[in-house]
Amino acid sequence: MTAAPVPVLSVCDVHKRFGAVHALRGVSLDAWRGEVLALLGDNGAGKSTLVRCISGVHAVDEGEIRLDGTKVTFTSPSLARRAGIETVYQDLALFDNLTPAQNFYCGRELSFPSWLPRGLRFLSARAMDRETASVIDRLRVKLPRFDAPVALMSGGQRQAIAVARATVFARKIVILDEPTAALGLRESRKVLDLIRQLRDEGNAVILITHNMEHVVELADRAVVLRQGRKVGELKPDRSNQHELVSMIVGAEG
Amino acid sequence: MTDMTRSPETEAGARALAAPTRDLTALTVALRLLNFGPLLILALLVVAVGLSTPNFLKAGNIGNILAQTAVIAIVAMGQQLVILTRGIDLSVGANLALATVAGGLVFRGVDSAPLVILAMAAAGIAVGAVNGLVYVFGRLPHPFIITLATLSICRGMALEFSINNTTMRGMPAAITWLGESSPLGLPNSFFVVAAVAAILLVLTRYMVWGRWIYAVGGNPKAAVEMGIPVRWVLVSVYVIAGLCAGIGAVVLSGRTAASSPLYGNLLELDTIAAVIIGGASFLGGRGHLGNALVGALMIGVIRNALNLLNVGIFYQMIAIGLIIVVAVESDVLRNHLEARARANQARGQ
Repeated sequence: MTAAPVPVLSVCDVHKRFGAVHALRGVSLDAWRGEVLALLGDNGAGKSTLVRCISGVHAVDEGEIRLDGTKVTFTSPSLARRAGIETVYQDLALFDNLTPAQNFYCGRELSFPSWLPRGLRFLSARAMDRETASVIDRLRVKLPRFDAPVALMSGGQRQAIAVARATVFARKIVILDEPTAALGLRESRKVLDLIRQLRDEGNAVILITHNMEHVVELADRAVVLRQGRKVGELKPDRSNQHELVSMIVGAEG
Repeated sequence: MTDMTRSPETEAGARALAAPTRDLTALTVALRLLNFGPLLILALLVVAVGLSTPNFLKAGNIGNILAQTAVIAIVAMGQQLVILTRGIDLSVGANLALATVAGGLVFRGVDSAPLVILAMAAAGIAVGAVNGLVYVFGRLPHPFIITLATLSICRGMALEFSINNTTMRGMPAAITWLGESSPLGLPNSFFVVAAVAAILLVLTRYMVWGRWIYAVGGNPKAAVEMGIPVRWVLVSVYVIAGLCAGIGAVVLSGRTAASSPLYGNLLELDTIAAVIIGGASFLGGRGHLGNALVGALMIGVIRNALNLLNVGIFYQMIAIGLIIVVAVESDVLRNHLEARARANQARGQ
């Protein structure tokens, strides 16, 4: 890995409480450009909370998050997005009533003329359709119709659209929350290919998954959370796969 | 369909896709039919009524229907935008009454069409802005209550401020001109409807703001995540709905050469009905201006036809109610068919 001297994302001793629940108890981790970091843990271990802290949904109670070495406080997801952090949540955040191209560009539409305030500009619909079609083709995502609302598409197709959208706009960090959970074998393959592509384009990819095969195949490092704490970090391969699993369930000894 | 199916990698893949695709085509046809259903029903209605009463299709009567439908159509287009964002505006009828009274009071002072129109539009916009701002920044769970409140407030203000609490005669000539017919036989108010439709069409189809209206209606949570100014989008649709009520006030005052605190009674229900029977989804995000226009025409045609057929006014209400039930059920059916289409897609993978 071409490790830059400063990690693109640095989470330092972050705590998060929801009332009496201490969801994160001092978690630290680094993510580097061109690297896939697997974030592992059983249900309720704090993975989603951590991801939501990074992507601006939750504010952290203690500790800090640094982007390229500078401390950041995102008060909203759109600020995190603007800073280059794309998140694909399990609920995908798609607009069922819009087409794939409209979904791709929703909130950052290509438009003209540039001297008008953004909302009053006219949509460059053709350019957005063209760009989206070329991304969809490049990623070999198969859609039944390009001009239909995504309400008509399958879980896999919707997942592919959400991940493809992140590939287009990510500039630093892409966070994927269980991107293959709802998918069949072939569609999972495609999403894994997309993840490789994201990494090769120089993003730090943070991957939440329960699929150990995918972790071993893709991840450069794996961080394991349990009960809101980081309990392990290692480079996953075939030989330590079991060790990883016992860390997740807390049975390592 | 074939050009839309993106390059099956293998022949086996193509074969695997073939069966669900055929089923999907049937579903697609059914969904298309549902989408064009309101227009088909309107066409059938026109043919059926035309066959049963010869007077119906005479040019004069068509002009009548268009003139009688103009106000509902204009206000329904504003209602359409509100419903697109999962909202509802119950105040449009009372807002229209208040706007005509505002215009009527200005007319008593000065016989100036521009000033009267300005007063009506400003009143409509002001009420819409109150609706939107209180709903969004007052953190109300739903716009139902605030627009119910402004319904009451506007009607009360209209009655209180109108002279002798009743209809005031007279409007500037340029406004009563809207109640006349053009040489083509079309009422002049028809051109107001067309102009409002054209402007809102540009907004909803070709402008970023319009795309945001659809996004907010489709998935409000995701719209926030995508950085869309959801609150201002919501405020804007109530302002537009208010402006449409103001424009409706101009047209109605023009047709009657008067202003009245009693105008627009139950107009909120007519416009909601128009949007729904025109085929828009009450769940938000789905629909377009065509729905409001087709729905308004349907209401106009039913009222006119039942009049010509000497059917009592109460039956008109019953007929429109029945059509609302049909429209809402076809929305349910549409959602069901879309779920089937999704399941088919998943199998085809």
